[in-house]
Amino acid sequence: MSAHAHADHGAPTSFVRRWLYSTNHKDIGTMYLVFAILAAFIGGGLSIYMRMELMEPGVQYMADGHVWNVFTTAHGLIMVFFVVMPGLIGGFGNWFVPIMIGAPDMAFPRMNNISFWLLPPSFILLLLSAVMDGGAGVGWTIYPPLSSSSGTPGMSMDLAIFSLHLAGVSSILGAANFITTIFNMRTPGMTLHKMPLFVWAMLVTAFLLLLAVPVLAGAITMLLTDRNFGTTFFIPEGGGDPILFLHLFWFFGHPEVYIMILPAFGIVSHIISTFSKKPVFGYLGMAYAMVAIGFIGFIVWAHHMYTVGLSVDTRAYFTAATMVIAVPTGVKIFSWIATMWGGSITFRVPMLWAIGFIFLFTVGGVTGVVLSNAGLDVVLHNTYYVIAHFHYVLSLGAVFGLFAGFYYWFSKMTGYEYSEFLGKLHFWVTFVGVNLTFFPMHFLGLAGMPRRYIDYPDAFAGWNMVASIGSYIGALGAILFLVVIIEAFIAKRRAADNPYGEGATTLEWQVASPPPYHTFDELPKVK
Amino acid sequence: MAFMATFSYAKTVAFGQRAGMLAAVAGAALVFAGTGAFAAEPLPWQMGLQPPAGTIAEMADDLHNLLLVVITLISLFVLGLLVYVGVRFRASANPVPSKTSHNTVIEILWTVIPVVILVGIAVPSFRLLYYLDKTADTDMVIKITGNQWYWNYEYPDEGFAFDSYLVDEEDLQEGQIRLLSVDYPMVVPENTRIKLLITGNDVMHSFFVPSLAVQVYAFIGRTNEVWIDVPEGGKTYYGQCNQICGVNHAYMPIEVKALPADEYKVWVEAAREEFAMNETVPVIGEPETIVLASAE
Repeated sequence: MSAHAHADHGAPTSFVRRWLYSTNHKDIGTMYLVFAILAAFIGGGLSIYMRMELMEPGVQYMADGHVWNVFTTAHGLIMVFFVVMPGLIGGFGNWFVPIMIGAPDMAFPRMNNISFWLLPPSFILLLLSAVMDGGAGVGWTIYPPLSSSSGTPGMSMDLAIFSLHLAGVSSILGAANFITTIFNMRTPGMTLHKMPLFVWAMLVTAFLLLLAVPVLAGAITMLLTDRNFGTTFFIPEGGGDPILFLHLFWFFGHPEVYIMILPAFGIVSHIISTFSKKPVFGYLGMAYAMVAIGFIGFIVWAHHMYTVGLSVDTRAYFTAATMVIAVPTGVKIFSWIATMWGGSITFRVPMLWAIGFIFLFTVGGVTGVVLSNAGLDVVLHNTYYVIAHFHYVLSLGAVFGLFAGFYYWFSKMTGYEYSEFLGKLHFWVTFVGVNLTFFPMHFLGLAGMPRRYIDYPDAFAGWNMVASIGSYIGALGAILFLVVIIEAFIAKRRAADNPYGEGATTLEWQVASPPPYHTFDELPKVK
Repeated sequence: MAFMATFSYAKTVAFGQRAGMLAAVAGAALVFAGTGAFAAEPLPWQMGLQPPAGTIAEMADDLHNLLLVVITLISLFVLGLLVYVGVRFRASANPVPSKTSHNTVIEILWTVIPVVILVGIAVPSFRLLYYLDKTADTDMVIKITGNQWYWNYEYPDEGFAFDSYLVDEEDLQEGQIRLLSVDYPMVVPENTRIKLLITGNDVMHSFFVPSLAVQVYAFIGRTNEVWIDVPEGGKTYYGQCNQICGVNHAYMPIEVKALPADEYKVWVEAAREEFAMNETVPVIGEPETIVLASAE
């Protein structure tokens, strides 16, 4: 491997050529990760400010309920489109899919460049949508009529729509790139059934993106013409129907939550296997469980709409279909535990995040089973129970997956070792903080506290105080994360090519840390 | 463990509320003074559902209590397994890893057992779902319209309607609850099955009263239908708008006051007087003869 380090790859030396004109999957992956971290501090900062406002009854920090609505909208959209997706898919996907399948780069390197560079303007448009004309205070679900010209006049909503258009184009191009790469650029011997699970996860995710995002694009385009050009797709006075928007939105929105969690599934599989020094248990079951989750993800969307007035048989179908998702998800949970069973487990930092992921995702999953019941949903829909549920699967699921992957691959990406002590401190502070934040929200939801409220009846004060204190601890965790990164770059401890030993079997551990500009001089052979 | 605590706590609260009810019935002729003691409202540090009122809410409460046990056991089972493998198979205790990566029997088991559990959940779930959908035999109708940011309650059989606004913090009377009490509550007779027709006038709203297990979106141009049965008189149920609807989304609560039949009659008479000038009152009487244009 040492020959790689000295080989001339013709890598661009100027900053502009290397980063702005970048066609290298690793450099683009790095830019995605940096972008996601920056966006996370903005989106997370918004949530801390919201928790400050909710810490006590009454309105303390914000001008009125509209400001609150703008914050929830921006927080949700930023976390979904500019943190989790760029981090997991753009960041880790770009970095490691080509390496893991033994490909020299992504199939369409220039398209990869524009996939990334569409995101910063999209993000700027979204931030503008939060400040122009008073801001778009409609929730991340942007339901009309509140998001129509009658509910939100002014340009803020249009800016948000354009932002989603750009982010959507970026996602679709990225998805096409991943699908082409995975189907066509596997190294000889790397059959589909030998692909690492992270690559399987990215393949399923890419298909979900390709099929789901255009539906959102259509819906928001119709919303845009409703707002500006006199169409009435979603306006009853003109024969339209707001419920059509809900169907279109959730036909995108439900696969979207699997888009956010599937890559984390893949990362966790690798980490559990590596640190148990065992191959993944039930590899084929794991791969096809993700395919099954992806498929079922497209036929359960109306479980977000149990209270809009759907017919009872429709609700019964969506209840049954939604429950089915628990089966492949259960297969994954138990397969991870079976992978650890009989292993020789070391509790390095990535393993802590992965084990934390398994348990917290289980908690989020079982509350999902509760919410899947259309009859019970009438007392839980849109309450803090739902907030608790989806933060357990996303904020404590997808985000734990992000941190797990970040620590797992940090030495591979940078060539430096982070401080094990600081990494563990970061994990435990975050673990305590987020659980303290989100677990009491189950109680608030059961007691009937609605979401998207700037102020609440005084009876809810106690658990809100606990949740707010938890969020401050979580914020401390986020600062510790920066400390970990900065310390690692200052200390410059050189990382081995494979710091994890026999458990790390995928191709990225066969190349240098960091890998050379063009990872492989000749294609690796897979037996 | 926390979940189990929730379970018993909710039951205790429910029992306490029923005991309170008996005292209220025995004690007083409280007509319009709904106080906290006789109300279904969230309580400080509450961990479970609000005490259920009506048959739908009781069924939902039962289903939730069942599910709470199931999901708590599953979560503890997964936690227990994680702790066990973490201790038993840590590197220092088990230096040589096994190479097992398949076991067909266990893979079938962990697919089939969840399916069986889900089927077990589905049975009471579907029973509840189809029960709460039966709006056919109701005794009366109330039409509810969501507006930015108040509710309008129309009693079509009685011929009056009125708006219901939040009571501002500075105007709160003794016994009223901040952000939950309204100026004119929706009054209903006890032991009645009531059909609610829910619609909207501007953006989307959602009519949500947790203790009655009723929640449905209020859309412009569309009328949704649900039903409630309020078992006990002299009790007040609180809810709030539950679909983001603009700047005052948090400030359009719902107050449902149940009265014994005779007191309800008194209230209806008074309401006919009080809301007589309301513009939304429909004209009751013989329908006018409609003359169609003709070629003659």
